[in-house]
Amino acid sequence: MNFRKIGTAAALTALLAGAAQARDEVIVGLQLEPPHLDPTSAAAGAIDSVLYANVFEGLTRFMSDGSITPGLAESWDISEDGLVYTFKLRSGVTFHDGTTLDAGDVKFSLDRARAEDSQNAQKALFADIDTVEVVDPQTVRVTLSQPNGSFLFNMAWGDAVIVAPESIDGIKQTPIGTGAFKFSDWVQGDRIELVKNPDYWGDPAKLESATFKFISDPTAAFAAVMAEDVHVFSAFPAPENLPQFEADPRFQVLVGSTEGETILSTNNKMPPFDNVKVRQALAHAIDRQAIIDGAMFGYGTPIGTHFAPHNPDYVDLTEMSAYDPEKSKALLAEAGFPDGFTTTLKLPPPSYARRGGEIIAAQLREVGIQTEITNLEWPQWLEEVFRGKDFGLTIVSHTEPADINIYARPDYYFQYDNPAFQELMTTLNNTTEPDERSELLQQAQRMISEDYVNGYLFQLAALSVANVKVQGLWANAPTQATDLTGVYWQD
Amino acid sequence: MSRNLVLGAVLSAVFVLAALISFAWVPYDVTQMDITNKIKPPSPAHPLGTDHFGRDILSMIMVGARTSIAVALVAVGIGMGLGVPLGLAAAAKKGGWLDELIMRANDLVFAFPSLLIAIMITAVFGASAINAIIAIGIFNIPVFARLTRSGALSLWTRDFVLAARVAGKGATRISVEHILPNVTNLLIVQGTIQFSLGILAEAGLSYVGLGAQPPTPSWGRMLADSQTMVSFAPHMALFPGLAILLTVLGLNLMGDGLRDRFDPKLQRARQ
Repeated sequence: MNFRKIGTAAALTALLAGAAQARDEVIVGLQLEPPHLDPTSAAAGAIDSVLYANVFEGLTRFMSDGSITPGLAESWDISEDGLVYTFKLRSGVTFHDGTTLDAGDVKFSLDRARAEDSQNAQKALFADIDTVEVVDPQTVRVTLSQPNGSFLFNMAWGDAVIVAPESIDGIKQTPIGTGAFKFSDWVQGDRIELVKNPDYWGDPAKLESATFKFISDPTAAFAAVMAEDVHVFSAFPAPENLPQFEADPRFQVLVGSTEGETILSTNNKMPPFDNVKVRQALAHAIDRQAIIDGAMFGYGTPIGTHFAPHNPDYVDLTEMSAYDPEKSKALLAEAGFPDGFTTTLKLPPPSYARRGGEIIAAQLREVGIQTEITNLEWPQWLEEVFRGKDFGLTIVSHTEPADINIYARPDYYFQYDNPAFQELMTTLNNTTEPDERSELLQQAQRMISEDYVNGYLFQLAALSVANVKVQGLWANAPTQATDLTGVYWQD
Repeated sequence: MSRNLVLGAVLSAVFVLAALISFAWVPYDVTQMDITNKIKPPSPAHPLGTDHFGRDILSMIMVGARTSIAVALVAVGIGMGLGVPLGLAAAAKKGGWLDELIMRANDLVFAFPSLLIAIMITAVFGASAINAIIAIGIFNIPVFARLTRSGALSLWTRDFVLAARVAGKGATRISVEHILPNVTNLLIVQGTIQFSLGILAEAGLSYVGLGAQPPTPSWGRMLADSQTMVSFAPHMALFPGLAILLTVLGLNLMGDGLRDRFDPKLQRARQ
C-alpha cells in the first residue's frame, strides 16, 4: 500500500538528488594517502597530489604544460643584478579561516621554510634567499644572496606555498590555504573531502565539492574505476588495464608526461660500482625498450640522462648506453669481473620498480651480474636505501621537476661526487641568461651520462583514467598535483 | 583400494613427477624473458600460454611445483621431526611436569594465528623460501605432538606395552620400539594433510610477497602477478590456480583414502 509509494518516492528523490549531485562533485582516486596535510614539511608527494593548487597556492604556480604563471603574486620586478625580487600581491585574497593574505604571511612562509630548524623537504629551493622584507601589506621584497635563474620556478613548488601564522599549528590536520577549495574532512585510511571556497579571489571552482579516495591496491583501483565508484583515477597504477578503459566508451585515458626520470639508481660509493667501467657495463646490459614494454606495457619514453624529454633543453643521449650485452661483458672483464659479481637490487612498491626490477635482474644475469632482489615498502625503502644508503642497485622514479642538481649533492643517496659537476651547478645557479643556461644544462646532462652515474631507463608517463564527461584535468604532471580548479562535468 | 586413494595418489604423483622432470628438462628456461611474446594465450608452442614477461607458464608451473613441494615437504619434516618425539615424551610422562610443559607450549603455538606469525617471521628475518619453510614448519610441530600424544596414550594402556614394561624396558625404549610403530599410520595420514596445508601456506605467503623471491617461480606469486590481468588474460591466473587446487585436492583425497585404509574400525565395517 502506501509504504510502497513512499519507498518509491524516496528512491526517486534519492535518484534525482544523486543525478543532480553528480554534476558538481567529483571523486578522485589516488594510490597513496598523505601522511599529514602540510606540504611545507614533508617529502611525501601524496600531500601535493591532494592539496597543490586546490587548497594551497604559492607566489607563482605550475600550469599543466610545466610553465610558470603568477599565483598569489600578481606581478613582480626583478632588479638588474637579478638579486632583488619585488612581488606585488593580489588584493582581496583571504585564507579559508577568513584572515587576509598580506605580505606578512609571505614573509612568514618563506622564513619558516628556510629557517635553521625547518622541516621543509626542499630547503634547497630557499637556500639563496638572503632577506625577506615587508614593504607594505601588498608588497614583499625578496633579496637573494646570489642570482638564481630558477627562483620563480622554485616558488611554484608545493613546498613553497604560502601559509598563515594564524593557522600553522593545526596545518597537519586542518590545512588552511587560499585556494579555490577548502579542506572539509579527512577520514584516515579512506578519503579527504574538499568543498568549494565561495570567497576565492580568482575564477571560482566549477565543482561544489571534491573527494579524494585512497585505493592502494591496483586490482581494487581497476574495480573502482570500472564500477564508477571514482570518476577520475590520477596516476593509475596498472598500465596493463588502460587498453580496456580505452576500449570502453564510458572512460577516457589521459596519457601525458611527468617529471619522473625512472632510473636504475646505483650506489656510486659501493664497490664495484665506484668503477665507471662497471657502471658503463651496467648501462649497456639494459634493454630499455624491453623494460618499457614489459613493466609499463609500452607507456614511457626512453631517456639517456637525468632530464625530461619534453624539456626544450633535453639532449637525447640514449645512444651512449645502447643495449649491447657483448660490450657490457667486455667492459666487465676489463674492470676485473670477467665472471660478473653479485649485488643487491632493492625495489619499492610501484609496478615500474617491481616488474622493471625482475626484467633488469634477468638482463643483468645475461652478462653475469647476479642480483638479490628484495621488495621493500616505501617507509623501509626510505630508511634503508634513501637514508641508510645500504643498497647496490634500486629502481625509483625521480618526480621532482628539473632536479638534475641532485647530482651536485655528494651525500645524496646514490653518492655521486664529482667536483666538476658541482661547479657546473654553481655556475648554472649564477646564470640568468636563457641561452647560457640551456648550454650549461646540456653540458650537465652529458656529464652524468658520460660518467654513467645511474642506469637511465625511461620517463614515467602520466597515466590517468577519467569518466569521459569530466573535463579540465591535467594530462601532464609537471609536479605532483591533481589540479581540480578547472575541472567540470560536460553535459 | 578406494577410489579416493587412487585418484589422490595419481593427482599428487603428476605434480611430484612434474617437479622431478623439471630438474632434468623444462620446455623453456624460466629465467629467460621474452617480452615481445608476453601474455600469449595457450598455443602449440606454449601449451599453457605465456606470462607478462613472455615466460612459458607450463615451465613456470613445473619449476614452481619444485618450490611448493620442497617447502611443504621440509615443513612437514620439521613438524614430524620435532613434534613426534615431543608427543611421545609427553605421553610417556603423562600427567607429569614434562607433559604439562610440552602440551602447554603446544597450546601456546596453536593459539597464534599461523599466517600472522609466518608474516612476522618473514618480516623480521626477510622474505625467502627458507624462512617460509621455518614459519610453516613451526606450526606443524604442535599438530604432530598432539596427535602422537593422543595416539600413544591409548597404546600405553595396552597389554603388549605392559608386557614390555614387565620385561624391564624403559620408557624411551617402549616409546621407540612399541609406541612409535603403532602410531605411524596416524602420522602418515596427518602428514599428507599437513603437506597439502603446507602447499597452501607457501602459495599464500608467496602471494603476499613473503615466500620464494623472484626469479624463483612460485605458484602463489604467479597468481599475484596475474591479478591485474585476469580480465584480459585469464590463462595467467587459471593455470597456477588449477595447479594449487589439484595438488591440494589430490593430497587431501590421498590422506582420506589412507585413513580409510589404515583405520581398523572402518576396515571392519567394510568387511
